Amino acid sequence: MTTSRAAWWFITPALIVLGVFFLLPVVAALVLSLTDYDLYALADIRNLRFVALENYWALLQRPLFWSALGHTVYFVVVGVPLSMAASLGAAMLLNSPLARFKAFFRTALFAPVVTTVVAVAVIWRYLFNTKYGLVNYAFDSLGIPTVDWLGDPHWAMPTIILFAVWKNFGYNMIIFMAGLQAIPGDLYEAARIDGASAMAQFRHITLPMLKPTMVMVSILTVSGYFQLFAEPYVMTEGGPLQSTTSVLYLMYEEGFKWWNLGSASAVAFILFVIMFVVTAAILRVSKQGAPA
Amino acid sequence: MRAVCLSVALAGAALGGCAKEEQGSRTLQFWTIGREGEAVAKLLPDFEREHPGLHVAVQQLPLTAAHQKLLTAYAGDSTPDITQLGNTWIPEMVALGALEPLDARVAGSRVVDRDDYFPAIWSTNVIDGHLYGVPWYVDTRLLFYRKDLLAKVGYDHPPRDWAEWKAMMAKLSQPPGKTYGVLLPTNEFEQLLALALQQDDPLLRDDGRYGNFRSPGFKKALAFYVSLFKDQQAPMMTNVGIGNPWAAFGQGFFTFYLSGPWNIGEFRKRLPPEQQGGWGTTPLPGPNGPGASNAGGSSLVIYRRSKHKDDAWALVEFLSRPEIQDRFYQLLGDMPPRRSSWNAPALRNDDKAAAFRDQLERVKPTPPVAEWERIVTEMQLVAAQAAHGDLTIDQAAAEIDRRADRLLEKRRWMLDHGHKASP
Repeated sequence: MTTSRAAWWFITPALIVLGVFFLLPVVAALVLSLTDYDLYALADIRNLRFVALENYWALLQRPLFWSALGHTVYFVVVGVPLSMAASLGAAMLLNSPLARFKAFFRTALFAPVVTTVVAVAVIWRYLFNTKYGLVNYAFDSLGIPTVDWLGDPHWAMPTIILFAVWKNFGYNMIIFMAGLQAIPGDLYEAARIDGASAMAQFRHITLPMLKPTMVMVSILTVSGYFQLFAEPYVMTEGGPLQSTTSVLYLMYEEGFKWWNLGSASAVAFILFVIMFVVTAAILRVSKQGAPA
Repeated sequence: MRAVCLSVALAGAALGGCAKEEQGSRTLQFWTIGREGEAVAKLLPDFEREHPGLHVAVQQLPLTAAHQKLLTAYAGDSTPDITQLGNTWIPEMVALGALEPLDARVAGSRVVDRDDYFPAIWSTNVIDGHLYGVPWYVDTRLLFYRKDLLAKVGYDHPPRDWAEWKAMMAKLSQPPGKTYGVLLPTNEFEQLLALALQQDDPLLRDDGRYGNFRSPGFKKALAFYVSLFKDQQAPMMTNVGIGNPWAAFGQGFFTFYLSGPWNIGEFRKRLPPEQQGGWGTTPLPGPNGPGASNAGGSSLVIYRRSKHKDDAWALVEFLSRPEIQDRFYQLLGDMPPRRSSWNAPALRNDDKAAAFRDQLERVKPTPPVAEWERIVTEMQLVAAQAAHGDLTIDQAAAEIDRRADRLLEKRRWMLDHGHKASP
């Protein structure tokens, strides 16, 4: 009895912090999403109306919401596998016994993660500038037709994906490296004695042993990539032709550009539900494959 | 103020300490949007010299962030004393009750003379009979055109009405699909809006409760707009797609360009010297003779929560002086909202500006509702679909009305339940 009470005393500070700074705002946002809080309500709270699920219903009927969701899914579906492949590839290269200057490369590849998005985005905007950019300069000198990277609606999202992958792969790389180092060396040794090729070693030892790491990394990456916002905000402002408007960008515009906080909160909760379902699905799929 | 101060000093009070003791040292927070901040910073030293002890702190907001910054400042109770405000944003700020009415100050002012201002520009600052801003500079849309290309197809004058304009564009759009009569970027609402404002039907009806886009007038404007794309007289392009409209204009990709005053400077800077004699500006042709255009521009407003309203008003008066507006024009090319400011030689002798002077007597304000910017954005999204051929004129008009009515739902509720949409 006393032990459990003591335990409660110990976790109370954490619970209070969680309650005040997490639970309370979440509940408030949920309530807000059931109202039509807008500019008029900001002027005078008596102009606030309870509208039940109308915000959600209106959102589901808006073409812009669906196109924003489409762009976000595009970003996740292309970006997450690319990002994980890049992370795993870099981790395996660094983990190889043949690698030299490991500490240097580890730091260099991790550097994009710790730099500020805005500062890096400015540099990328220069690199991908249609006229003066280094990328188009290289394309031009190789005889490849140049591309209006951030100005063409078809190319803007691929450019953003490339930027996000480059910016984020270092983080997962570190996690993968830890996972790789935990794989006992004698497994590879036994495989080599049996005459397994490098490819077979990768498929039958590395991948299965990395599975728990993979599941965690994929959940982290998927939930991070669903919250796409900063990249389009600083690189394209959601354009051109709203081709890089993500769900979170839509929420920002609804909430802070037009001050429709009710509708913006509804966007946030819809995104939450989507992310919850996707994450649960990943967990479920990964458990099915696991030995019971 | 200064005269009083001097006479007190002469009457034997401690010399030199007057300004400090009487007025203290105050700082006026002044927010500007876009490029205006840089130019105004060059005018302010004169203002500060006239008002000892008063310092103006200018904060420049980028246009893309200005709207949310102004709303956030209101929500966070940290509004400036005075700000530049696009006149289509005034209804929104008034709906919040954020702005100070200026009727009494204007009535007692010897500088701000309401009759000297272009009436439609002035009226964009009047909401429910109260004045909330003083126009600072104007922005309206009219036609930039290539005189030489027009002469080639047999016209020695710019178009006066839609029929003539349309006939010219038919001749100019040869070969079809390669050369066009006019550039109307499909992601900009200003062009269709200008054509719609030329009609007698208002754009909203019942005191701004409902959209009025199914009116014969709007349909006529929309049909004219859509026909330009259908007949391949305007390219189906956004301003992103066109990339560099100035170079395309110089190459003769299109002859007419419906745009605003800042492009006078751009064309002077970007077109080669041998082409400078070949282009001009002309008022926007209407359905029957010279037509209206939009009464755009920015105003100076004072916030209700400001603690230095008298000082802020002094700054408004300073920036409203014709000689200061002339300097402002020369620094930046922003056109003044007062007729007397247009008498300055720099503007009076500018052949390209003359069309704007003429157009400004025929501009119309947009409906003064807080939701206007969202309505007009939706209008353009639907109009672009109609131009693309996905919707007929009637379908498009009905769809714009449907979207406008949805956006105006809260306003209707406020008006019907006696909540004031503006204080």
